[in-house]
Amino acid sequence: MQLTVWTYEGPPHVGAMRVATGMDGLHYVLHAPQGDTYADLLFTMIERRAKRPPVTYTTFAARDLGKDTAELFMTAARDAYARFQPQAMIVGASCTGSLIQDDPGGLAKSLGFPIPVIPIDLPAYQRKENWGASETFYQLVRAIAGPKAPPPGTKRAERAPGVRAICNLLGPTALGFRHRDDVAEITKLLGQLGIDVNVTAPMGATPADLARLGDADFNVVLYPEIAGQAASWLHRIFHQPFTKTIPIGVSATREFIREVAALAGVDPAPVLAEAATRLPWYSHSVDSTYLTNKRVFIFGDATHAIAAARIASEELGFKVVGLGTYSREFGRDLREAAAKYGVEALITDDYLEVEAKVAELHPELVLGTQMERHIAKRLGVPCAVISAPVHVQDFPARYAPQMGFEGANVIFDTWVHPLMMGLEEHLLAMFKDDFEFKDGALPSHLGTGHAPQTAPDVPEVVIALPQGAPTLDDAASAPAAANGAAAGAVWAPEAEKELQKIPFFVRGKARRNTERFANENGVATITVETLYDAKAHFAR
Amino acid sequence: MTVHVSPCAAPAVDPVTREVRTESGQREVFCGLTGIVWLHRKIQDAFFLVVGSRTCAHLIQSAAGVMIFAEPRFGTAIMEEKDLAGLTDANDELDRVVTQLLARRPDIKLLFLVGSCPSEVIKLDLSRAALRLSQRFSPGVRILNYSGSGIETTFTQGEDACLASLVPVLPAAEDEAASLLVVGSLADVVEDQFKRMFDALGVGPVAFFPPRKSTALPSVGPNTKILMAQPFLPDTVRALQERGAKRLAAPFPFGVEGTTAWLRAAADAFGVAPAHFDKVTEPNRARAERALTAYKSELAGRRIFFFPDSQLEIPLARFLARELSMQLVEVATPYLHREHLAEELKLLPLDVALTEGQDVDHQLDRCRAARPDIVVCGLGLANPLEAEGITTKWSIELVFTPIQGYEQAADLAELFARPLVRRAKLVA
Repeated sequence: MQLTVWTYEGPPHVGAMRVATGMDGLHYVLHAPQGDTYADLLFTMIERRAKRPPVTYTTFAARDLGKDTAELFMTAARDAYARFQPQAMIVGASCTGSLIQDDPGGLAKSLGFPIPVIPIDLPAYQRKENWGASETFYQLVRAIAGPKAPPPGTKRAERAPGVRAICNLLGPTALGFRHRDDVAEITKLLGQLGIDVNVTAPMGATPADLARLGDADFNVVLYPEIAGQAASWLHRIFHQPFTKTIPIGVSATREFIREVAALAGVDPAPVLAEAATRLPWYSHSVDSTYLTNKRVFIFGDATHAIAAARIASEELGFKVVGLGTYSREFGRDLREAAAKYGVEALITDDYLEVEAKVAELHPELVLGTQMERHIAKRLGVPCAVISAPVHVQDFPARYAPQMGFEGANVIFDTWVHPLMMGLEEHLLAMFKDDFEFKDGALPSHLGTGHAPQTAPDVPEVVIALPQGAPTLDDAASAPAAANGAAAGAVWAPEAEKELQKIPFFVRGKARRNTERFANENGVATITVETLYDAKAHFAR
Repeated sequence: MTVHVSPCAAPAVDPVTREVRTESGQREVFCGLTGIVWLHRKIQDAFFLVVGSRTCAHLIQSAAGVMIFAEPRFGTAIMEEKDLAGLTDANDELDRVVTQLLARRPDIKLLFLVGSCPSEVIKLDLSRAALRLSQRFSPGVRILNYSGSGIETTFTQGEDACLASLVPVLPAAEDEAASLLVVGSLADVVEDQFKRMFDALGVGPVAFFPPRKSTALPSVGPNTKILMAQPFLPDTVRALQERGAKRLAAPFPFGVEGTTAWLRAAADAFGVAPAHFDKVTEPNRARAERALTAYKSELAGRRIFFFPDSQLEIPLARFLARELSMQLVEVATPYLHREHLAEELKLLPLDVALTEGQDVDHQLDRCRAARPDIVVCGLGLANPLEAEGITTKWSIELVFTPIQGYEQAADLAELFARPLVRRAKLVA
């Protein structure tokens, strides 16, 4: 048993629902107890879908267990087929459904529907949501595209000259973080390269569309967590190569363009030259200088976390101080990425472990999921969301991709915004003793005639600030201060006052480092001198 | 679809034994685990540990929504493959998890081991586990068990199961004098209003169950009179009755009429003179009626359809029909306890279609055919119905919002008026 408070991923049948709900003309009959329908509201509320997910639940109750739950399943499947007339059906069991050991696949087969009925076996006590989505998509592709497979050993026919290359976009699902707009962005980008999209799946595809997957020249894998397995199978059976680069960030998008251009046999140069992105210029503008070596902690699904680390480090000039994922299946990829930044990979699905790590590392920015947003809020650290799971506000009405060049623009704004907020908050706190910022002070622009000549020059402060902060930051390379470091040393009032002048987001660390320094050096009273001695000590 | 006509439907004139459509099929309802979301706010030193699957953890997380706390007082012991292999292991594992949890949370005085579908199906004996762990952790922590599984409980029935598990540990009342026990969790503000009202009436001593602290459990005995504040508590009330308490028949305290009749049931049982009752309640009644008039013009004549959810449907329908002149198209409830709802059924118009249970696709067909002005339903159905042009009121809010008593009568009406006002307001 695992003691869990919050979970990053739902059970695997929710992954299957994400595939089914993303598609059209597919129905899912799920052997599940009353109550499992809660998952519907993830789609109707968080993603704000206007239709019920195409899922029929058997909703068995305790009184049914003594009777024939298999019969209940068959009735539900029969009714669902009659009512919804799907092109294909998937059947399976939720965690409790799997314990009662009816066989949804066999039962549904025996009903003899004139459509493909695909059993989806999801080990609910071992696997989780993304695995469920991946397995469901893979089984669907196998069952529906499989019959169109060329005989083994057949080579793909060469594309006739002058014919545009076509590809499939694989991976987007219902309830995917920004999947809707990523698909639009990448479709547009491919169009600019002269590549057409054959089928986008699962999202927006019908079972009939899945049967056409083999027509494409190659596959674009947008989300390996979901589409990796299906893409490998298509590679094996249909000899369709697939892309490995995830186009999140400017460099990655450029690489992706080169990769697809090579697969499609087109020239990437015009599109690369045009590259309509503002991130590089914004990042180079002097206003962004204060972003240099901002300490950032990154956590999310492996794909988004790895992409975010690269952007953070290479495109925004942050310092990655922590990198982690809840996607155990991609632990190796993440470890490799973490090694690049010289940080230890954190692979866990326990949010308390993530919280402890964030507290220990004292980052100045957290990039994560909904959980990290709450962790960061609690610790008073700025935060931006980069990965599922997310709440309703991260299924925005506006166009907000993460992928491609527009995605890079979105990312710049999204990540920098909370930092600006942090800076503003610091400035307000810093000036709170200023006579002009006091309650009841008249606004100086009203010309009361006594606006001070020596009023602090705001731009100067903005520039001065980052110089102070990173110096203290570097202390983090030292191991986290031992707990109970406060024992012994007492803060002198002036030192305490001086401490308040340090930006709030690094103040906690400065306090701990100073106390540790005081204790190690037998200082009983922490003075202003001690504070700066400690700063100098840890800055080495 | 299986439609059983209730066998006791013969004298259709009797409002209590009237005909009710019983439906079975796919149910779009929450399981009893959801009760944890409000119960843990009410009992402030209790922790709810679900023994279940990742689905259970995911459900509570989804239901708790933005109520994400740094240290929430609920969690899930997620069963894994190895726990399913042999039962003895599962018990050892549970002991380990509970020990780990209590070490983390020394402030917890009451721990509920909450059963789920998976734990019920594999027949993990949580009552024995609770007993075993209670012995180990007493006197600091009391450990109880109840089931919030979907196969046994629907939504608010989780509270019934939870409170029923607490009844055996309530102290025995020593007093000869009568006392009042208000049963069913209420928002603190509502509880305080009722407390003041009972004091003014001279009814008492009054205790509320569940209490805000597990260390202040109310006592129960033959002189305890039960006033049900919520309609979904048959097991709790039966357990209290087994300890000698007597239930006062009353409708539920929704709206002016319901609240008055509810308070009167207590007043009568405590021999309060009618004149005194009127004197005490009159100002509140007048104020509530005044506040309600604003919503009457909005809601009168509007046709409303209730999907089953919380068992609050019948009392709410009664309030909306009688005090706001709404027309009831269909009122569905997951379960109908005829004895506890008898006073409500007497007040409910006779021509209302009542449904117990659900077959959601058929019910949706009926709903679409009836084109009601407003539909009360869960969040899985609300947006899809809105997209079809049908105005909805999501039902879960009715469980989380203070809606009982005089001062909340207009707030309750407003919950139904707001979606209609909104639909009328929006041009695009």
